[in-house]
Amino acid sequence: MPRRLAWLSGAGGFALSPQVLANGWNMPVGVTDLSREIHSLHMTIFWICVVIGVVVFGVMFYSLFRYRRSRQPQAANFHEHTTVEVIWTTLPLLILVAMAVPATATLKNMYDTGDAELDVMVTGQQWRWRYDYLGEEVAFTSSLSTPRAQVRGEEARGETYLLDVDNPLVLPVGRKVRFLFTSDDVIHSWWVPELAVKQDTVPGFVNENWVRINEPGIYRGQCAELCGIDHGFMPIVVQAMAPDEFDAWLAERRDEAAQEALGVDRDWGHEELMTRGEEVYAAICASCHQPEGQGAPPTFPALAGNPRLQEDLGWQLDTVINGVSGTAMPAFRNTLNPVELAAVITYTRNAWGNATGDVVQPARVAERLAR
Amino acid sequence: MASKLPKSPLEHSAGGAGAAAESPGAPPRGLLRWLLTTNHKEIGTLYLVFSLSMFFIGGIFALVVRLELFQPGLQFVEPEFFNQMTTLHGLIMVFAAVMPAFTGLANWMIPLQIGAPDMALPRLNNFSFWLLPVAFTLLLATLLMPGGGPNFGWTFYAPLSTTYAPPSTTFFILGMHLAGISSILGAINIIATILNLRAPGMRMMDMPLFVWTWLITAFLLIAVMPVLAGVITMMLLDINFGTSFFNAAGGGDPVLFQHLFWFFGHPEVYIMILPAFGIVSAIIPTFARKPLFGYASMVYATASIAILSFLVWAHHMFVVGLPLVAELFFMYTTMLIAVPTGVKVFNWITTLFQGSISFETPMLFALAFVVLFTIGGFSGLMLAIAPADFQYHDTYFVVAHFHYVLVPGAIFSIMAAVYYWLPKWTGHYPSERLGRWHFWLSVIGVNLTFFPMHFSGLAGMPRRIPDYALQFADFNLVSSLGAFLFGFSQLLFVVVIVKCVRGGEKAPAKAWEGAQDLEWSVPSPAPLHTFETPPHVTPQPHP
Repeated sequence: MPRRLAWLSGAGGFALSPQVLANGWNMPVGVTDLSREIHSLHMTIFWICVVIGVVVFGVMFYSLFRYRRSRQPQAANFHEHTTVEVIWTTLPLLILVAMAVPATATLKNMYDTGDAELDVMVTGQQWRWRYDYLGEEVAFTSSLSTPRAQVRGEEARGETYLLDVDNPLVLPVGRKVRFLFTSDDVIHSWWVPELAVKQDTVPGFVNENWVRINEPGIYRGQCAELCGIDHGFMPIVVQAMAPDEFDAWLAERRDEAAQEALGVDRDWGHEELMTRGEEVYAAICASCHQPEGQGAPPTFPALAGNPRLQEDLGWQLDTVINGVSGTAMPAFRNTLNPVELAAVITYTRNAWGNATGDVVQPARVAERLAR
Repeated sequence: MASKLPKSPLEHSAGGAGAAAESPGAPPRGLLRWLLTTNHKEIGTLYLVFSLSMFFIGGIFALVVRLELFQPGLQFVEPEFFNQMTTLHGLIMVFAAVMPAFTGLANWMIPLQIGAPDMALPRLNNFSFWLLPVAFTLLLATLLMPGGGPNFGWTFYAPLSTTYAPPSTTFFILGMHLAGISSILGAINIIATILNLRAPGMRMMDMPLFVWTWLITAFLLIAVMPVLAGVITMMLLDINFGTSFFNAAGGGDPVLFQHLFWFFGHPEVYIMILPAFGIVSAIIPTFARKPLFGYASMVYATASIAILSFLVWAHHMFVVGLPLVAELFFMYTTMLIAVPTGVKVFNWITTLFQGSISFETPMLFALAFVVLFTIGGFSGLMLAIAPADFQYHDTYFVVAHFHYVLVPGAIFSIMAAVYYWLPKWTGHYPSERLGRWHFWLSVIGVNLTFFPMHFSGLAGMPRRIPDYALQFADFNLVSSLGAFLFGFSQLLFVVVIVKCVRGGEKAPAKAWEGAQDLEWSVPSPAPLHTFETPPHVTPQPHP
């Protein structure tokens, strides 16, 4: 294979980079039983097409060569043959039936989401993923962590350019995991090729799919359904680990969440809210309202110098918590916790020349959330 | 119809044309002539010129996309503008380039191929054409509006195209309505012409396949364009009047949009390929100097494809969360389409078998069509396998697939048709030397552009992204180089056409020695008015 690749790259005049050699140019076999089945269906239908292609194009090019005018000045005159027509209608039909049988079996398997040991709710949001380990009290959002400077070419691009996130989805190896997919805004599609899972996340509806990963490792994918400006910038990273490691990880995340909940009751200082708020803003808000709060009107209003934002705290709280229906502004009620909400609101009211001096305490946000 | 038939249509047509040019009701000159014309040949020319200009505009949009994708990172355009380019590229190519080109060919050639004096409804014909420049001026004008033009892909899935859409979407909807009305009126006209104006003696099963495929296409258009009109009207109501057809928060269903769209969209795919089958079925027998093999089965295969096209729409939606039975149903029906499509390819190849084949430019394009369309058919068959589609869906594999059936499919067939019928339109042969250059550059460009997309898609590259991970860089580099080669080669096409209109080797009435159909019995160039008295066609089995 590598020799053939080298020959091709020489013939084409293009150097194939190591990445292509490593990642190949075919569908990955993947790391689940289902992904292997799907890969083998893919290769079967591919070879069927190759064989048909060789025969059909073989006859065609033979005819073009053998019956060219200089060699065959007088054409034959036949134009009908019922037997031949019947054969080339029936034969493809039989091939298709032979192909449909294994495809049907695999499809049934893919739809069998019963007996899962872990349920993960995946929620698409413009432009990040939210993972909720149902019944485990662990939930977090996962956004692109490739620096924008790499996108702009101001920094060298890393090997996993555009395929890095801040919080990967962690899953256990060997356990059946059921995914429940939904969306907060538009339709996204959660796709990890190595897991052979691709499922649209549709607002207002829940789709199901499942996976049982065979090998520990890091598997990367991307949103597959056009979902707006940053559709190309919402990758997926799945970290599969041994079941006991996974249990430990889950317990740790559960403790962290409990700690965070305690933070609601204490009084936060201006500086710590600003620091936290800047992080939240960069991860959640900046893709629409832009890194400097300048927005992208008319769809995404500016926050920097926005008079209403600076004058009306109640309105801002309501906007961030509940969203604005009929626009691209989602409700962050379930996405961010009270500390994060308080921090990001404090930040936007005191950054980029907005100088309200306000400090919004998590307790105030919690009270608002409870209404 | 006519009581007295001419001995030969050729004699009569020449006389008729001379008489018309001198008559007191002669058409106005200058721009007004084109605005008011009701002549099928002039309207056909308008359609074709409009389509060619839009082909270049849509092509420029594609080159903006390919330029940005030349290497990783964002270099030339912002994602927001990139999305507008992919969207408008698709919309313009489908609705303003390919569809009007086929309508233009239908206008020119259907009356000539069935021995009719004109289209059945000439004024309606004028109106259908002039709706188009209005529709697409509106659509293109959205680029200059606040918030930019449509940025939600040519499939404009809700709620991205409703709740989250730029303000210009209302203009996009109006533009699409106008284009849809134009298509419906054009289709009505074509059906009326074919059913009523065939020359005496020409039975349905004597019609050339281009006429047959267009008749079936016209029925598809009438069936599905109203569905498109319905779905964009529902969008309009959701955006401006507070309804919730596609808004889950108001009790609506975003997936309903996709069902409606693809119920239109899948037959639409065949609207863009059936006339191409007709063209290729005219050209291959001409240059193989042998009658088309299996004429009747070609007609039945076309009709089967048309009927099946109403039963496969949800194969575009395999990962949207359909129930298992629906997945199975749509997988089986989609696989079935391979059967009639295969029949067509086998018939073309058997037509070549034991022919006496020459390779003029129209034949080159028609042969490339057969090979490359079949490759698009193979990837289509792969996509039909629902479990595998979970991996293919919304990747560059799909982009490769539909560009293979649309570019070296539909568009090559249109180019083949232009080279084939230019002698009839202009009275001159197009330059064979330039035609060959155009052909070979196009074939190389198309394959360099779209073949690597199979690989980038299988390796995991999603569609419609302005920037990509590094492992896709090589494939995208090749695709972009190919796209620029293909794009700039099309300037040669314009040179060929302009040169051919201005002069060149004179063509006789029967410009290609193997040509059989009725259009080759009128002089080249075809006079403004032909078949004012219908020719008599001797009933005989179609060649």
